[in-house]
Amino acid sequence: MESTTRGTPAPSHTMLRANDLDVFYGEKQALFSVGIDIPEREITALIGPSGCGKSTFLRCLNRMNDTIPGCTIRGTVEIGGHDIYARDVDVVELRRRVGMVFQKPNPFPKSIYDNVAYGPRIHGLAADKGELDEIVYSCLERTGLLGEVRDRLDAPGTSLSGGQQQRLCIARAIAVSPDVILMDEPCSALDPIATARVEELMEELRRNYTIVIVTHNMQQAARVSQHTAFFHLGTLVEWGATEQIFTSPSDERTQGYITGRYG
Amino acid sequence: MMRAEDTARRLKQRHRAEKRFRFYGIGAVAVALVVLALLLGTIITNGVSAFTTTEMRLTVLLDPAIIDPEGKKNRDDLLQADYGAVVLAALQKRFPEASGRSERLQLLKLASPGARDVLRDMVMADPAVIGKTITVSVPASDNIDLLRKGKMTRAEAVSGAKLNERQLAWHDKLAADGAIRGTFNARFFTAGASREPELAGIWSAVVGSFMTLAVTLVVAFPLGVAAAIYLQEFAPKNRWTDIIEVNINNLAAVPSIVFGLLGLAVFLNYMGLPRSAPLVGGLVLALMTLPTIIIAARSAMQAVPPSIREAAVGLGASPLQVVAHHVLPLAMPGILTGSIIGMARALGETAPLLMIGMVAFIVDAPASPMSPATVLPVQVYLWADSPERAFAEKTAAAVLVLLAFLVVMNGLAIYLRRKFERRW
Repeated sequence: MESTTRGTPAPSHTMLRANDLDVFYGEKQALFSVGIDIPEREITALIGPSGCGKSTFLRCLNRMNDTIPGCTIRGTVEIGGHDIYARDVDVVELRRRVGMVFQKPNPFPKSIYDNVAYGPRIHGLAADKGELDEIVYSCLERTGLLGEVRDRLDAPGTSLSGGQQQRLCIARAIAVSPDVILMDEPCSALDPIATARVEELMEELRRNYTIVIVTHNMQQAARVSQHTAFFHLGTLVEWGATEQIFTSPSDERTQGYITGRYG
Repeated sequence: MMRAEDTARRLKQRHRAEKRFRFYGIGAVAVALVVLALLLGTIITNGVSAFTTTEMRLTVLLDPAIIDPEGKKNRDDLLQADYGAVVLAALQKRFPEASGRSERLQLLKLASPGARDVLRDMVMADPAVIGKTITVSVPASDNIDLLRKGKMTRAEAVSGAKLNERQLAWHDKLAADGAIRGTFNARFFTAGASREPELAGIWSAVVGSFMTLAVTLVVAFPLGVAAAIYLQEFAPKNRWTDIIEVNINNLAAVPSIVFGLLGLAVFLNYMGLPRSAPLVGGLVLALMTLPTIIIAARSAMQAVPPSIREAAVGLGASPLQVVAHHVLPLAMPGILTGSIIGMARALGETAPLLMIGMVAFIVDAPASPMSPATVLPVQVYLWADSPERAFAEKTAAAVLVLLAFLVVMNGLAIYLRRKFERRW
């Protein structure tokens, strides 16, 4: 490996590849030369102590950092061999391909139906009402919400419980048929039962989507992910198969973090 | 031991301070309420009587010899006829003792000049009434009106040379006949300005205010919201936008008469727009209201939770879609409230309108935003300035109407906010 990071090459096909990625917030450097391969149709967990840059890295993957004033990015992030920071990239299309689920459930203050239909509408993915209905129903079905909300699709999305809201946000994200779903601590605001439900859902979604999840919860990372990357102080310390990271990490910082010596 | 005592003492002190503070607060609110009640009470007690007026019932012979001596029923001639003579003839018939020019004039002064207009309107509506004797209610003069309402005593009337003893005697006879009575003053709501208090109304000022505010709204609302959207959502944060922001905040504090001077210099002198026109008044008030709307709209948009923006951006919405689909609808209640309060301020504004000549004497309601007009607060100012005593109650009544409009507008602001906020 030419990068400073130690890790094993991903066994399956690579979906996302970051190369020598530096991120600055104004003068302050938040990420130092991060390089990683994120394999297709598997779950990659980003772990590390608070402020280590894992969320920053996640937000580089769909250029959400563009909206933060003073944020500059060096290096490349490739999807299918194309750098998403190249000049000719359409950010709108990029964000359709790389969807995002946030820490706090943030449904739009619209109806459940409109929440899911919003993405397909703005991207013109449905030719008519019938197609739109089909998309909305299938996305709600796949997130296990349809049975719970079938008879109140007109109710506001904000009237659902926290766990349901988060699954609605996931349904909203998959409604635009993305390739990748980024999840920024999606369960940190949920109770254990809702968390279990979302984790189950992630396992199902893995069949169709590449998922990158930031989590503070190491058990969660161990439970849901196939690959894990450990960040510390803005550097990617180590990445590889989850089992290997949790059982025989090669860096002592990783060892220290997963055994709970700091966090 | 000492410490426990100390704590108890401090606790007591703290409770006392809290009580004192509550007392100050209640006191301040009470003073404000008393002043408000006093203000409203004065205006209402002064103004409420303007909503009634005094009429005089007369038996009038519509004498063809006076109205239409040639018998041709030519409309122009009928319009120009001497209806004052008809009124006088009717009064003289009731009081044959009045003789001589000056006594006849005193007799005629019991009725308002509006009495002629009432008869003229009747004849113009149906010329067949000429030659008939009819019983008709005509407006009484302002002095009779004041006397009936008790706003002027008989002694004051005589000492102020408003009514002399002879006129008072005539009045008493008419009153004894039941020919003098109070009625609802519809004229106050339908007439324009007049030199005669009993004939003056606020309709032309209401129409002028409405047109002016319409222009203000059409100009200030889209401009203000567009400026706010750009500054809040799209403008880069640099020295220039900082300067613009500071200046907008300063502009909101500029005395309104300065905007009037600006309007005079730019709209009237440079652009050559007509004086006294609602168009110009509306433009001036729009300039005055713009900063208020921009500031209100910006803070309303700032209050939209960032998580909603992130959700939309994360789905691939373009910046314009984020604003149009999410930020603006959520900020709308706040924007509307701010705008309506800005408009309410514009409705009550007088000073800048004086500078552009909207202080005119307007009898007829303006036909278009380009024709001369006046507005409610200016009408209040004009009436307050009039020497006739009867204008005092008109002033207070016009203030009441103005206040009613303000209450309605603020109510509308609250209603809109509630309505839009109910959409979760």
